[in-house]
Amino acid sequence: MKKVFSRTRALKPVAFHYCPGCGHSILHRLVAEVIEEMDLVDRAIGVPPAGCAVLAYFYFDVDMGEAPHGRGAAVATGIKRVLPDRLVFTYQGDGDIAAIGTAETIHAANRGEKITAIFVNNAVYGMTGGQMAPTSVVGQVTTTSPKGRDPSREGFPINFTELLAQIKGTAFAARASLQDPAHVLKTKKIIRKAFEAQMKGLGFSVVEVLSPCPTNWKMSPPQAFRWVKEEMVKHYPLGVFKDAEGESLAD
Amino acid sequence: MNEELELMRGTYAIGEAAIRAGCRYYFGYPITPQNELPEYMSRRLPEVDGIFVQSESELAGINMVMGASMAGARVMISSSSPGISLMQEGLSFMAGMELPAVVVNMMRGGPGLGNIAPSQSDYFQATRGGGHGDYRTIVLAPSSVQEAADLTYEAFDLADRYRMVVMILGDGMVAQMMEPVRFRPMRPLDDLPSKDWTITGARGRPSRFLRSLILDVNDMEEHNWKLVRKYQQVEKECPRWEGFLLEDAEMVVVAFGTAARIAKGAVKRARKEGVKVGLFRPISLWPFPFQDLKALYQRGQDTFVVFELNAGQMVEDVRLTLGDGARILSYARPGGAVPSPQELARVFSRLALSRRLP
Ligand SMILES: Cc1ncc(C[n+]2csc(CCOP(=O)(O)OP(=O)(O)O)c2C)c(N)n1
Ligand code: SF4
Ligand SMILES: [Mg+2]
Repeated sequence: MKKVFSRTRALKPVAFHYCPGCGHSILHRLVAEVIEEMDLVDRAIGVPPAGCAVLAYFYFDVDMGEAPHGRGAAVATGIKRVLPDRLVFTYQGDGDIAAIGTAETIHAANRGEKITAIFVNNAVYGMTGGQMAPTSVVGQVTTTSPKGRDPSREGFPINFTELLAQIKGTAFAARASLQDPAHVLKTKKIIRKAFEAQMKGLGFSVVEVLSPCPTNWKMSPPQAFRWVKEEMVKHYPLGVFKDAEGESLAD
Repeated sequence: MNEELELMRGTYAIGEAAIRAGCRYYFGYPITPQNELPEYMSRRLPEVDGIFVQSESELAGINMVMGASMAGARVMISSSSPGISLMQEGLSFMAGMELPAVVVNMMRGGPGLGNIAPSQSDYFQATRGGGHGDYRTIVLAPSSVQEAADLTYEAFDLADRYRMVVMILGDGMVAQMMEPVRFRPMRPLDDLPSKDWTITGARGRPSRFLRSLILDVNDMEEHNWKLVRKYQQVEKECPRWEGFLLEDAEMVVVAFGTAARIAKGAVKRARKEGVKVGLFRPISLWPFPFQDLKALYQRGQDTFVVFELNAGQMVEDVRLTLGDGARILSYARPGGAVPSPQELARVFSRLALSRRLP
């Protein structure tokens, strides 16, 4: 019989704890498959966040080191400076990277740290129960924006990846989405480009991934995937915002 | 190896000693009175193929230290009080993950921005862990440039041996003053202790992870007990102190760092005037040298003057050590003003008559 699918070596053979329909499960697999396909399983070091993916080290079968909430880019900087030939990536939620970790991320990008941020945008603080995130969209009802996010009261959703793309040290910045199978496959390609930018030493790379959180959005999984496609993408356009392929930042 | 005596300021001596101890990574953010340390590292580290990164904050800096430590490096960061406050979250995580590193705090007056004069205002913060959770850091307090160099050199070995953060606790005086110093030899990097817990990429071995999150309550408790056992071992193996003219002393001054340096001068002066005073100088503030201080008391010395450049923090450890029977006096100077040895010698005479602490 022909083998058409096998589990990636970069994931441990255990079940995820994520909710049904959660984007984290899909994204873990994409990241792991890219690591395996690039033959970096024994050279990858991941930095999980505080967030729903806090236990990512139970799933990824590569070396992992925990960061305090938001500090992934700084922890990854320390690792990468010591081990410059490894693939070093952070895995961070939208609250982690774009609220509490804003400074660490922007300055890691600005130093052109050769690390990759996998940035999971689910428009809420998933782990703590669905509070407003910096990325919650206008009108979005969350447990801390019960009347819906009103920019005059709660500010605007932040397009953090576009911001990072402005920074000279950023070599690659793109936004992808898990909204349907075609986009899932596209997301994987984009992750690979980001990792390649890192391994070529081009600078900082970031992939923002729009990701459903059915639990905190209080939707069924199909509804949640539709909400990513119909609502989130309006605020967060997909695409590659920066690709410094070929131009080395060093000179 | 016969090393030359060099005239150096404290910050430079700490930086050079760190490099000789095998430190090749420094992360930090400027703050007075220790700016010369990052400056020194920024020019010296590249000469030995090391890496200096000026972080965007102390918060980022300590997290870079965390990452470098995870990757197995000997790594250092330095700052002064407000910056050390910003690092506390990271220090707590490092305690949880048992990550070694050396952190230098050249204290300044506080609270808030305070001032940059010599101060020992962070004694509590340093010796009680500092951040959240049940943890300790080893705290070493030099009172000369030579000692700053020696303690820094040894701090890296202690950090690796116990997988703990070691803090070098000084102030603007230790940081800025110039004194002759003789450095220990350069440690070859392949001579450093090997580590079987680092995350370096899972080549030829199963993957590893480092984390402080332990959701299972029993596992969390067991992990904390493991830390406690380690701290107890440190308490047994690492107390350090120096005594000066204690043999016949009728009054014992307890002081550390800069305060001890001044106290030593004052003790000499007071002795000339017939006041029988000696000095007990804790070098390790945590672990505090309880046993030896207690032994002094049990030997019959019962008047202890605790001199500190803060409002009286170490006096609590002295009271814990000696209990209610001893006569314990606190001479506290929390403003950043450093009394002269003459002034302090007069204080010793006067204090002998002052009331017992409640
Ligand atoms: C200093 C600190 N503040 C707050 C928290 C609590 N906390 C943990 S995860 C989280 C938000 C996570 O949201 P996000 O980053 O969007 O990740 P998600 O769970 O949605 O994947 C918060 C506030 C913490 N761990 N540390
Ligand atoms: S709360 Fe949301 S982000 Fe977290 S595991 Fe559940 S679905 Fe995923
Ligand atoms: Mg989120």
